[in-house]
Parts: sequence; structure tokens; C-alpha cells
Amino acid sequence: MTYVPDVSDDLDRLRRHLAVRAAAEELLDVAYRTVDSPVGPLLLARTPAGLVRVAFEVQDHDAVLTALAQQVSPRVLEAPGQLDDVARELDEYFAGRRTAFDLPLDLLLLRGFRRDVVLHLPDIAYGHTASYAQMAELAGSPRAVRAVGTACALNPLPVVLPCHRVVRSDGTPGQYAGGSAAKLTLLDLETQVGVAA
Amino acid sequence: MVKEPFERVVVQHGATVLRVCRAVVGPVDADDAWSETFLAALRAYPDLPSDANVEAWLVTIAHRKAIDVVRRAARQAVPLADVPDRVLPAQGRDLDLWAALAALPTKQRQVVAYHHLGGLPYDDVAALVGGTAAAARRAASDGVATLRRTYPAIDQEES
Repeated sequence: MTYVPDVSDDLDRLRRHLAVRAAAEELLDVAYRTVDSPVGPLLLARTPAGLVRVAFEVQDHDAVLTALAQQVSPRVLEAPGQLDDVARELDEYFAGRRTAFDLPLDLLLLRGFRRDVVLHLPDIAYGHTASYAQMAELAGSPRAVRAVGTACALNPLPVVLPCHRVVRSDGTPGQYAGGSAAKLTLLDLETQVGVAA
Repeated sequence: MVKEPFERVVVQHGATVLRVCRAVVGPVDADDAWSETFLAALRAYPDLPSDANVEAWLVTIAHRKAIDVVRRAARQAVPLADVPDRVLPAQGRDLDLWAALAALPTKQRQVVAYHHLGGLPYDDVAALVGGTAAAARRAASDGVATLRRTYPAIDQEES
């Protein structure tokens, strides 16, 4: 007996309802959604404490969710409503109407020196850049230039914590977790908005 | 083996659990049973052994939640005049099938749902509904025989 009535519409509705109830009952450890952006689809994930992960499509969203299930909690659900504030601020940023993010962040994926580096990223003002060497100095370890590169590459909150503003000392953009084209797009956006202001 | 994000469990098994719930409690209460099942599963998920049969685990939870939902519905039984709180769209839901299932004795309906829709082996079905695996197999076979009479379309849907 393989009678299979179509249930897909009902399932979408039930899944949305489940995400809302899971959040209300404090069972939603990781909520996520994806948003479109000028640098491609972005995966946004948050814990009850705040935004915990932003990932580019080239980073493989499925793999990122699997890693979150292991590193944070397997109680992971797609719950777009939980990330409305993040989506709105990103929209404003990409539209050139926002130069700094005002969001609760959960830095639990960050430890040690990587955490020091990433927390200093917002010190680089919107529309400006810093070299990896300058970042090493800001983070208190002037000789750890390569480690700064690693910390930026592994930044769990790109765009929001602006590792795209860290460039090579010769002024070329250098590598980026979202691909060098994405880095250029972000730097161009900030330069244009900065000039217009 | 790593534990998958729970969202994948919902995507992979949500449809099966919904069919099981509909067969056991009918289309109206099935939504509640489904929601309670996945909420309870989400709560327990971090402690589930990573080699567990996830679908069998979900069907087992669905069985308990279906019983709860039916009990609650019985307690909150309202006069018929007040009923149309939820109106079911006929499209996409085969009300004849639910009616045919609803007409089965409870045990047959459960056994058909858990084995044929939920994919649970008869040993596991027997553990849920009581009795032996052989008795569960007989109940399922009686249930399906009745459905063939009361709901002839079932054979057309077989693939």
C-alpha cells in the first residue's frame, strides 16, 4: 500500500508553525534563514544570544549548517522570522543607508587570538581599509600578520564584522571567504557611499 | 556519525509523520499531533543516539502524541453548533480515505498507519500497540482487506 496524498502545502505551514513554537518554548538553539544580496545568497544563523554565523554561498550553506549542529547544537531550524532584524540591517547596508551594524552578536565560535582580531574589525571605519599588519598591531600582536589573515578568512560573521576592510599592504584587496569579487563589491559599495556622503 | 541539523529531520520525515498522524487521528487533529510530535522530538533530539532509526523514533513519538491529542479532543468536546473553527479545503486531501481509515477498529487503523505509512516493522508496531508481532501483522492484513472493500481507489494508487 503506497497511497501518497500530496501534503507539501500543509507541511510548509506546519514547519513555519513549528519554528515559532520551538522559539517560544526555548527549544530553538539555532535559527537560520537565507537572504539575497549583491554578494550572492547569504546564510544567517542566530542563537538566542545573537547572530552567530553569516556565510557566503561559496562556503556551502549545507556544510555550514552541519558544522553549526556540531559546534553549537543540533536543534537547528529554518526560522526566517527570528532573523528579521538582521535581514533588515543587511538590506539597509547594501542599499547604502547603513554604515554600522547594531545587532546582538554571539561570538561563541571565536576563541583566543582569532576573537581578538575579529572584535577589532569594526575599528576600521566604514569606507576605509587597514592592512593585515595594521590589524595585527590593533589586536596587540604586531608580528602575527599571517595569523590575522587566518582570523579574517575564518571570520564567522563576515560583512557584519568587516573583514573585507582588511587588505594587503600594497593596497590590493587580497583574499576573502566570499571570493575576491565579493570583497571588491563590498569595498566599492562603501567607497561610493562614503564619497556621496 | 554526526548529528544532522534538526531541520533536515523535519524535511526528510515530515511528510511520513503527517500521513501517519492523519491516518491515526484524522485530518483535523493531525496538525496538532504532528506539531506535538516534532516539538517533543526537537526537545529530545540532542540525546538521541546518532545511529538511531530516526523515522521509527518519530513514529513512536507520533503514536504517543496521537493518543494525547485524541484524549484532549474528547475532554474538550464541544457542541456541534460551535464546530466550524477549522474548515478543511477538500482539495489535496482525500477525505474518503480518511473516512475509510476512521471506520477501522482503532488497533487496525494504528497498525496500518505505523507499518504501511510509517514503515515500522511489525515487532516495533507490536511494542507500541500491545500484543505480538504476529497479531499486529494479522490486524494490518485485516485492516487493508477492509480498506480494499470500503476504499477501492487504494488499489489504483498502488505503484
